[in-house]
Amino acid sequence: MNPRTRLGLVAVGGTGLAVLLVAASLRLPDFGGDSHPYGDRAVRESLARHTANTIASVNFDQRAFDTLGEMTILFAAVVGCVVLLRQTRDEHRARPEPADVAPPVRRYALIVLPIALATGLYVIAHGQLSPGGGFQGGVVAATALHLLSLGADYRALERIRPVGLYEVGDAVSASAYVVTGLAGLVGGTAFLANTLLPYGTFNTLSSGGTVPLLNAAVGMEVACAVVVLLARFLDQAVEIEEESGK
Amino acid sequence: MTDVLPYLVAVWIFLVGCYGLATSRNLIHAVGCLSVCQSATYVLLLAVGYRDGATAPVFSDLEPGARPVVDPVVQALALTDVVVGATVTALLLALVIQVSKRHGTVDPDELSELRG
Repeated sequence: MNPRTRLGLVAVGGTGLAVLLVAASLRLPDFGGDSHPYGDRAVRESLARHTANTIASVNFDQRAFDTLGEMTILFAAVVGCVVLLRQTRDEHRARPEPADVAPPVRRYALIVLPIALATGLYVIAHGQLSPGGGFQGGVVAATALHLLSLGADYRALERIRPVGLYEVGDAVSASAYVVTGLAGLVGGTAFLANTLLPYGTFNTLSSGGTVPLLNAAVGMEVACAVVVLLARFLDQAVEIEEESGK
Repeated sequence: MTDVLPYLVAVWIFLVGCYGLATSRNLIHAVGCLSVCQSATYVLLLAVGYRDGATAPVFSDLEPGARPVVDPVVQALALTDVVVGATVTALLLALVIQVSKRHGTVDPDELSELRG
């Protein structure tokens, strides 16, 4: 199909879609309105189960089963990337050469690294209390490790980042989520139902029943997944080269 | 007009992303356009959940009932959306790396013929 006909087709289809979407938007409840029946119920349930961060309660308590599905998507995507970005037969590994780093970059990276890592772990640990949680904190903690490749060099990063270990960590934390769910079955309630553990004191680290456990499992999984993903992409960029003469 | 403006912004972002996808001459650019399409859903979800004068649904430093809070359900959905979007982008970029290695190009128009 030549670009002209394609653009014509996109214009026709796009106009139709635009008309439908605008018509639908005009019939939606007004922006900023006061009627949020699901939101009000979610807040009530969250407070009843002593979880200060309602979003964590929605994710790891009221919709914990959906989060299991979401975590599986994450896991499947990581497995897909690992398969796609493996070293093929006509490629070889080159040793990465150390390069000079500008001193301010080095200094800044090495100062920020521990702060960023601590922030990531803090955000994971306080997921049930304050904004944040496993998903957000995991990404912060994992990317913090990669400041080392800016501040020192790529080989220093490889020493503190044995990818195999993080792959195992990814699988273990994904299973930990399922095991926490199964514990409910063993304890006589339902799969992933948050009725097994005491809800604790409102607004303390141990409040919310199984929410902190599931939150920690997700935090570990996301951190491991991001480390594995970045490692595969960095391998492609830095180490793996095509055989010469091909 | 301001009652529906955020929804129309979401529609506009989605359509711009679709236009970019259809006219893209580079697969990396196409993956970026898909992320633009997806960010329309963040705007739509957060707009649906907004309530005038409300604050975040986090009660660590807020007395329950003291102020109205925005809808936490759509915020959780937007969080899910961001995570799935990021991982799908990573998977697509990995596919682009393989396409560029096998075919030597990332222009979708030059990838018309099948190769064994």
